[in-house]
Amino acid sequence: MEHPTAEAPVTVKDLRKTFGGQTVLNGVDLEAAQGETVAVLGRSGTGKSVLLKLLVGLQSPDSGSIRIRGQEITKLEENRLNELRKKMGFLFQQAALYDSLTVEQNVEFPLMRHTRMAPGERRQRVRELLADVGMEKDLEKLPSQISGGMQKRVGLARALALEPDIVLFDEPTAGLDPITAGEIGKVIVQLKQKRKITAVVVTHDVRGARKFADRLVLLRDGRIVTEGTFENLQKSRDDFVVQFLRDG
Amino acid sequence: MLYFTFFLVAAAVAGTVPRARSHGAAVWELIVAMFEWFGDFAKFVTRVARAALTPPYEWRELLRQLDAIGAKSAPLVALAGAATGVVLSLQTRDSLARFGAKSMLPAIIVFSMIRETGPIITGLVVSGRVSAGIGAELGSMKVTEQIDAMEASAVDPYKFLAATRVVACILVLPLLTLIADFCGILMGWIANTLAQPVSPRFFLDNGFKDVVFSDFLPPTFKTAVFGFIIGGVACFQGMRTSGGTEGVGRSTTSAVVLSSLFVILADVLLVRLILFFYS
Ligand SMILES: Nc1ncnc2c1ncn2[C@@H]1O[C@H](COP(=O)(O)OP(=O)(O)OP(=O)(O)O)[C@@H](O)[C@H]1O
Ligand SMILES: [Mg+2]
Repeated sequence: MEHPTAEAPVTVKDLRKTFGGQTVLNGVDLEAAQGETVAVLGRSGTGKSVLLKLLVGLQSPDSGSIRIRGQEITKLEENRLNELRKKMGFLFQQAALYDSLTVEQNVEFPLMRHTRMAPGERRQRVRELLADVGMEKDLEKLPSQISGGMQKRVGLARALALEPDIVLFDEPTAGLDPITAGEIGKVIVQLKQKRKITAVVVTHDVRGARKFADRLVLLRDGRIVTEGTFENLQKSRDDFVVQFLRDG
Repeated sequence: MLYFTFFLVAAAVAGTVPRARSHGAAVWELIVAMFEWFGDFAKFVTRVARAALTPPYEWRELLRQLDAIGAKSAPLVALAGAATGVVLSLQTRDSLARFGAKSMLPAIIVFSMIRETGPIITGLVVSGRVSAGIGAELGSMKVTEQIDAMEASAVDPYKFLAATRVVACILVLPLLTLIADFCGILMGWIANTLAQPVSPRFFLDNGFKDVVFSDFLPPTFKTAVFGFIIGGVACFQGMRTSGGTEGVGRSTTSAVVLSSLFVILADVLLVRLILFFYS
């Protein structure tokens, strides 16, 4: 399946994005190779969420190139883009669950839309997905009736429903207790081991990232200032990096 | 009339325009905002139309919307139609009595109900209820990123959310108009009978004696245009919401104001058009 000279499934070059007068991304280069998990770190408000949204084409960049599985998504027409999106899982920072649908229906939604599973089979699958994130109870509850951390986990289950091979997670462990956060970390590691998925994970949790990420990149002032494995980064002399990793 | 309309439209779409420094600049910004609004709206409508026409179709969601928009508006429309019928009957009766033309009453009630009052009452009542609902629902979905989430899972929100609602509005308005017509005529008769008993048979025979198809069909089907306006404007305002809960409030208000306004304007045009073709 893998092409010898294939480029990385996620390849970003010189990406720029401004909002009004504010420059958020100012020449970001990023690659996530097949089966690799890249953690994106950076201070609040540096544009990590914006970067992820650009990667699924929810926003369009001012300039630069975003190639997903070799296709330039900034120039892709809607149908082709949607074909790619079916194989990408996206977790929003605020979970963004459909608030008129129950927990179960939220996870069922992508399956209903894009698969021909029989209802029984689909329910079974939804249950499995929710069990993986420890949310097998509360199937009938509405998003407004569960906690933020629970919403996040349901969002994760929904993102994984179509067995994506590229996942983009915006702070999957934020707002979770250390134990649940650890379990979510394990889910990510398993995804990588079992299915060799490519992942870009935005996180503030340096310690968690150390466990599940192959490579860390640090975003600052609209650019990626440092990248490498956790051990590499630890050797850095840069004040910013040192400060960032201190508690990790 | 034209200036007045222009002013209203400009004021309504200009909710988001930043404060201008001088009056001249303010007027200019209003004009620009208005043209921008129409441009964006046209793009939106084109996109929704294309989404609505390309298979696969969203039958299930359309049914849900038909229920939410149509069935759930029916009681309100019936009530509004009934009240109009009563008022029409009371008012007209008094005037006609003065000229000794009371025997015309059934015909006047039937004619004005089916030709104008029924359709416009339905249009306005629905544009209040439905566009507020759609504006608020889509607006809050937008600001909580649910619409983005839908897009990210490869579902076209223009198709799933907007097209279904617009089509439901288009289909449902003529039916609701029939309900308003029916209730209006019924209550017109009852109000009339309370003052001076007439048999329903006599009332209807008399009322519908001179009604021809062209009195009935064009005015009823013109409400499909109202439906398009209501659904289209409400979805558009909802899906372009920005700025948190306050933004949701703004787009809900503007959805109601703009759709009612455009329904009235469209009515003026359509009445002229219908008169032109059927007289
Ligand atoms: N739709 C938008 N309109 C205007 N500015 C925006 C928009 N979205 C993001 N921004 C700006 O872009 C910058 C980056 O936002 P982003 O949400 O990506 O930050 P982040 O790195 O994810 O922060 P956090 O860690 O707190 O989630 C912010 O300064 C924000 O004000
Ligand atoms: Mg963020």
